Amino acid sequence: MTPNVLSTRRRSALGFLAVVAAGLAILVGAPHVFDTYGLVQLTLFAAVAIFALSQGYVWGFAGIMSFGQAAFLGLGAYAYAVAAIDMGDSTVPVLISVAVPMLFAAALGYFMFYGRISDAYIGVITLTVSVILFQLMNTTSGSQYHIGQAELGGFNGMPSVPPINVPGMPDDPLDQTGIWYVAMGSLLAVYALLRVLLASRFGRVVVAIRENETRAQLIGYDPRLYKLLSFTISAGIAGLAGCIYVNWGGFISPTVFALSMSAQVIIFVLVGGLGTLLGPILGAVLIQWLINAAGGQSTVDPNLGLGAILVAFVLLIPQGLLPTARALLARIGSRRKPSAQAPESVRLRGVQPLAQETRR
Amino acid sequence: MDLTGLVAFNVVTGIATLILITLGLGVIYGMMRIINLAHGEFMMLGAYTAVTAVDHGVNIWIAMLVLPPLVVGVIGLVVERTVIRFLYGRMMDTMLATWGISLGLIGLVTTLYGNVIKAVPTPVGSFDIGRYGASLFNFVLIGTAFLAIVAMLALLRFTRFGLILRAAMQNPHMAAALGVTPGTVYMATFALGSALAGLAGGVLAPISGVSPAMGAAYVARAFITVLGGGPAIVTGTGLASALFGFIDEIVSFRTSPVIGDVALLCAAVLLIRVLPQGITGRFLRRSL
Repeated sequence: MTPNVLSTRRRSALGFLAVVAAGLAILVGAPHVFDTYGLVQLTLFAAVAIFALSQGYVWGFAGIMSFGQAAFLGLGAYAYAVAAIDMGDSTVPVLISVAVPMLFAAALGYFMFYGRISDAYIGVITLTVSVILFQLMNTTSGSQYHIGQAELGGFNGMPSVPPINVPGMPDDPLDQTGIWYVAMGSLLAVYALLRVLLASRFGRVVVAIRENETRAQLIGYDPRLYKLLSFTISAGIAGLAGCIYVNWGGFISPTVFALSMSAQVIIFVLVGGLGTLLGPILGAVLIQWLINAAGGQSTVDPNLGLGAILVAFVLLIPQGLLPTARALLARIGSRRKPSAQAPESVRLRGVQPLAQETRR
Repeated sequence: MDLTGLVAFNVVTGIATLILITLGLGVIYGMMRIINLAHGEFMMLGAYTAVTAVDHGVNIWIAMLVLPPLVVGVIGLVVERTVIRFLYGRMMDTMLATWGISLGLIGLVTTLYGNVIKAVPTPVGSFDIGRYGASLFNFVLIGTAFLAIVAMLALLRFTRFGLILRAAMQNPHMAAALGVTPGTVYMATFALGSALAGLAGGVLAPISGVSPAMGAAYVARAFITVLGGGPAIVTGTGLASALFGFIDEIVSFRTSPVIGDVALLCAAVLLIRVLPQGITGRFLRRSL
């Protein structure tokens, strides 16, 4: 290893401060630079970036394959919409939009983690849950489906959801700039929160379990509990993203539960970099920007592009852009470093054994 | 009495449908440990094959039962050669890559055919159970599912190909030492699973609307059934289909199909909590 001037720990703290400073600059600066349309776009970017962070945490750090993260986004969005219509004031609905997905995730997670089912099954079950929520919400058209005064509206969705207002003052809703401050502020807060969480004892145990579940268990930690907590935390973050997503459009429909939503967030994380926090944010902004740009044309379905990106990254750049860029920089920075790769095991005519997944 | 007969008939149909949509996934996931999230889209391609063939004046039975497995089998072959073969042993990556393929296929079909629901005419009429009418086509479904599952069982148990296939799946290195080329066997297995998905899509085309997004509804049910079935793919698929199909149809009959799906999921989650290895993980271990 080349000697570093700064220790890894201090470098990482500096990186964190740099990201927060850049975020604050964008938070304050954006309303002066962009017009209203630009701000609306940026608000969407912030919402999907929070969503990407929820996936980046649960997948990249806790090692849980949540393939139906859109379920929590949608639950949060619907919870906010219903509560905001019924209550008028938005303070409690924001909390509800975080709490409802967390409760749902805790219940679902109990069966999954305490059933000790393997990663692949967790992926499939979360995916199924989001598909079923999508179908369920689609059937709720008609005035008999309502919670309080809020009609769920089925596939038509719920129009004119009241935006966030100044706490305690329902007659003072936030304008576009105000919602931008809330969205970007939330993104920064979630990022900082996850950084602190991961640096804490809890975060280290979570990563230890990802690295080697059996070993962590032998040391005395209960992987089931930590996975359940991680899953629940990520659901809460996704719910918050849903709340901001509703505020971005003032409208919510069952498409938040659609497979393409869950797929997008996986792609955000994969493109940005698995196992990082900044990566998912950058991936989300990059891909969402591409989706918006592709939305302008109608000859090719956007799913085709998403699918191609996903396959290309899995095959060619599985680590994602941020870690790949870091590795490149490190390689340029250090003089020819000895190869850290283990010698390749003997292969049989290019055939590797099939997955040695343990069936539990 | 008539109603009981109708419900019983629907339950059997539901079970047959579940067997059809699950069998191909059982081969690909159960044997190869490839999480094929594009399974629903392979079915969708089978359905589109049927639609296109019927539009071109091909006999409905050929369009429904012969062409879809052939076409989708070839597509599966191409997918295996271009993407899947680089990912053996990386289960999570197969999940991501096949999801990418599934999105790509949805996008491709939407681009080619447009986002509209197409239909295939039902080739047979209906009959009466007492005071209720029921579709004769359900017999086609039941018959196809029965033949498919029996054929798979026979293929795996009694043929040399089945023996090689099982050996290569259990221990590719040992099989290779005995003169089998595992890569070719994987390729054939993936194509076989894809062909079964295509068959399911073709047979289901007349009773479900054919649209680019139709696969999503099936892939979830198929996976849950495979997981519930456990390691013995054919027996497990049969047993889990019987259990979940029964629950789904009974609940759907009392409430609505969507609630039936919810009941199916809840039943599956409970089953996996009790039997983490699926039904054949605990019982009937030696079966195929």
